[in-house]
Amino acid sequence: MRKNWPVILLGAVLLTGLVLPLATGASPPGFYIEVLLGGLMAGVLYSLVALGFALIFKASGVFNFAQGAMVLFAALAVARLAERMPLWAAMLLALAIMVVLAWLIERLVLRPLVNQEGVALLMATLGVTYFLDGFGQTVWGSDIYSIELGIAKEPVMVLEKLFQGGILVNKEDFVAAVVAAALVLGLALFFQKTATGRALRAVADDHQAAQSVGIPLNRIWVIVWSVAGLVALVAGVIWGSKLGVQFSLSQVALKALPVVILGGFTSVTGAVIGGLIIGVGEKMAEVFLSPILVKTFDLAGGGIENWFAYVLALLFLLVRPEGLFGEKHIDRV
Amino acid sequence: MLYRENGQFKSTYSSDQQMLPILQDRVLMGALLVAAFVAVPLLISDYVFLSLLIPFLILTLAAIGLNLLVGYCGQISIGHAAFMAVGAYAAYNLSQRIPQLNFLVVLVLAGLIAAAAGILFGLPSLRIKGLYLAVATLAAQFFMDWLFARVKWFTNYSPSGSVSPPAIELFGWVIDSPPEKYVFLLGVLVVFTLLAKNLVRAHIGREWMAMRDMDVAAEVIGIRPVYAKLTAFAVSSFYVGVAGALWGFVHLGSWEPLAFNLNLSLNLLFMIIIGGMGSLLGSYFGAAFIVALPILLNQVPAWLGMPISTEMASHLEFMIFGALIVLFLIVEPHGLARLWAIGKEKLRLWPFPH
Amino acid sequence: MSGARRIGEVVLSVQDVSLSFGGVRALQEVSFDVREHEVRAIIGPNGAGKSSMLNVLNGVYHPQKGTIRFRGQEFADMESHRAAEMGIARTFQNIALFKGMSVLDNIMAGRNLKMRTNLLLQALRIGPALREEIEHREVVERIIDFLEIQAYRKMQVGRLPYGLQKRVDLARALAMEPSVLLLDEPMAGMNLEEKQDMCRFILDVNDQFGTTIVLIEHDMGVVMDISDRVVVLDYGRKIGDGTPDEVRGNQAVIDAYLGVKH
Repeated sequence: MRKNWPVILLGAVLLTGLVLPLATGASPPGFYIEVLLGGLMAGVLYSLVALGFALIFKASGVFNFAQGAMVLFAALAVARLAERMPLWAAMLLALAIMVVLAWLIERLVLRPLVNQEGVALLMATLGVTYFLDGFGQTVWGSDIYSIELGIAKEPVMVLEKLFQGGILVNKEDFVAAVVAAALVLGLALFFQKTATGRALRAVADDHQAAQSVGIPLNRIWVIVWSVAGLVALVAGVIWGSKLGVQFSLSQVALKALPVVILGGFTSVTGAVIGGLIIGVGEKMAEVFLSPILVKTFDLAGGGIENWFAYVLALLFLLVRPEGLFGEKHIDRV
Repeated sequence: MLYRENGQFKSTYSSDQQMLPILQDRVLMGALLVAAFVAVPLLISDYVFLSLLIPFLILTLAAIGLNLLVGYCGQISIGHAAFMAVGAYAAYNLSQRIPQLNFLVVLVLAGLIAAAAGILFGLPSLRIKGLYLAVATLAAQFFMDWLFARVKWFTNYSPSGSVSPPAIELFGWVIDSPPEKYVFLLGVLVVFTLLAKNLVRAHIGREWMAMRDMDVAAEVIGIRPVYAKLTAFAVSSFYVGVAGALWGFVHLGSWEPLAFNLNLSLNLLFMIIIGGMGSLLGSYFGAAFIVALPILLNQVPAWLGMPISTEMASHLEFMIFGALIVLFLIVEPHGLARLWAIGKEKLRLWPFPH
Repeated sequence: MSGARRIGEVVLSVQDVSLSFGGVRALQEVSFDVREHEVRAIIGPNGAGKSSMLNVLNGVYHPQKGTIRFRGQEFADMESHRAAEMGIARTFQNIALFKGMSVLDNIMAGRNLKMRTNLLLQALRIGPALREEIEHREVVERIIDFLEIQAYRKMQVGRLPYGLQKRVDLARALAMEPSVLLLDEPMAGMNLEEKQDMCRFILDVNDQFGTTIVLIEHDMGVVMDISDRVVVLDYGRKIGDGTPDEVRGNQAVIDAYLGVKH
């Protein structure tokens, strides 16, 4: 308990930074709200990818570096398949492909490595990332593709009466937020209320103990990875329709790593909250902090958002490694 | 029967502890060095130097650096190219702003600056390990990417953001032809390999390996984790910083900040996984593999009469890398170096089966 | 067995040490002392807290309450490498050897505290660095001779059979030239011959080097034979303390081992 002050300090600094632009009047409230919303929406998208991480880690203790590549692969699949069939069919087919992919990864990569320590598994999933990147582009092509969800892309002006000039809100982002929320709720219920969910949590805690009470480890892992594949699909579709399906998608997905660090590796809630914090923090820092830094230090441009998330994660690792909602690890000798 | 130790008895500890205790090894190493220093420069074409040997030598140096940290001390770093960047920009600024400095001094100073950065970004390793540390090292990567792109002082206010240092001049010898670059780099690599080998055999090396194998037990025998981890980061970053400076000055000639991006970091990691973690020889193997593979992928299909586009080749490269990483982690976590060692064991017994 | 004349003053003691993990109370207000040059055994049924006690003695676990005194200095919180620096060494129940290194390197690692040359000299391997390597190699070779493991010195420890690994564990602890040696079940999993060898080694260490020994052991025959004094723990509490004969006759101890409810 006495070690809590660094966390509180960090939180205080972050909160101050958050409120500062509004408090000092440096930015009109309408604009501030827009940036905030933009950050929240980006945060939702990060959360979607981070969910996949958290799920796999929760159930199998594997840190799936390949989640980003899975998102990209899923998005590519949907985009290309949708050129030949209606969107709903493309998504179903893509889901099937993702499940098969999940099974293959579990069989070929995870099972042989089941007794190695975390770092070996991390590097294996890194290998999977590279493989999926190359394979995805070989199979689906490497141009930029688009996914048409049929939602209007033009932003809509709302709350004109409350804030001067109104606030621009993107319908697509709104749908994304709703979908993400629904997904999170569904997953939370799944983990807490169903027998499979309980089994998953048992496996996450202790593989051997779970096996000794008869939980079929391999089947559980396939389920988990399939669910992660589903989440990757949803994330891929939403990201893809927003940004266009391109290689940089897997880089963007890398950003989900700091999210799980903030939220705690094993927590679904943490993935959501962490994503929102990162999304908002990043946008705020880029919009309000960058210009100050550029002027003070005569920098050649902004771009704080490239490292903000990681440095924030680093700070969190130093004061609260288990994240906001993760479990503390006790090492017994 | 050629490769036997019969009759080679050691009567002092110092002879038992020498680097190459077997006579045949010493002969081989001598021949190799002669070939490398004398024969190669005379016989090899410029193209091979520029596309294969020069990058191989520099990347081996970097791989040795990363191997010291990851393979010998067990601390993961997936953002190590950031320290190559530190070394490169440090060397650039030193050579530009203090032109009187001898280039070797510039190299060592650049390495020391990189070492300082390594210690700074290695501090998290005192509280976190494994996967968490991996993500923390990403912070170093992305921060450095940004720092060298945005803070104009580092690029000497170059409008395009890229820097182009002139050719290296050492005691009047201008190093600008490929064979000259090769010999210079080879000399640096041989010296640094020797130093690394000595470190690994000394008590600091045992401290590092103890931290890797079981840090709790290491503490119990009196090893201070802070000292062990930070020295690992420092020495590793020193090597990698020097490699970065050489990469920029000798191989690239001119570079922009993104020359030292995440891709390079991951490549370094792949080198030591495939080559063999915890093995200096493995660093050589890994670097050779990573350098040779893209070239092979570009040339071999054409030889076989089935040319593939460069794009396809690059996709294939990714797939092969990824697949090999997984394969090596499953089948031979100690990489090519272990396969080599097994081969040597068999050679010692040859022609007998056991 | 050497007489009590060689046993000196109290060198290590614990007062009212309590240790819990979450809700589990491993140790409850345990106090006892250890005298210089003696062989002190800690015994008790499984789960009594013996390993935890040893872990407290050398700083691996930090007790929530109580203090540890070593050579007159008092500690509430001790880092394990500090304990090592002060002269306390230990072996582990599960053999915490460095699996990636050879036997020789493992034992040389134990000499680490005594090796002082700086990084640069080590990298160049000249002068003091080179001399150091050879000097300490000589010391380590004497330990290897003492424990009769010469044939295995270049082998990777992971490949050795269990009994030999335990000897390497002991060798590594001895390499630290400790004044107090904590042994956690040094004879677990050994057959009769191996146990006799290990007993001989432990007694030799105590005799020749004067090292104070604190050991956890289940084999009552061994305990009664080689220890000068015994501490008995049960459910984290001390229930007996004295010479082997005194403890053997203690009713509480007998009850604990026979499982009588109390």
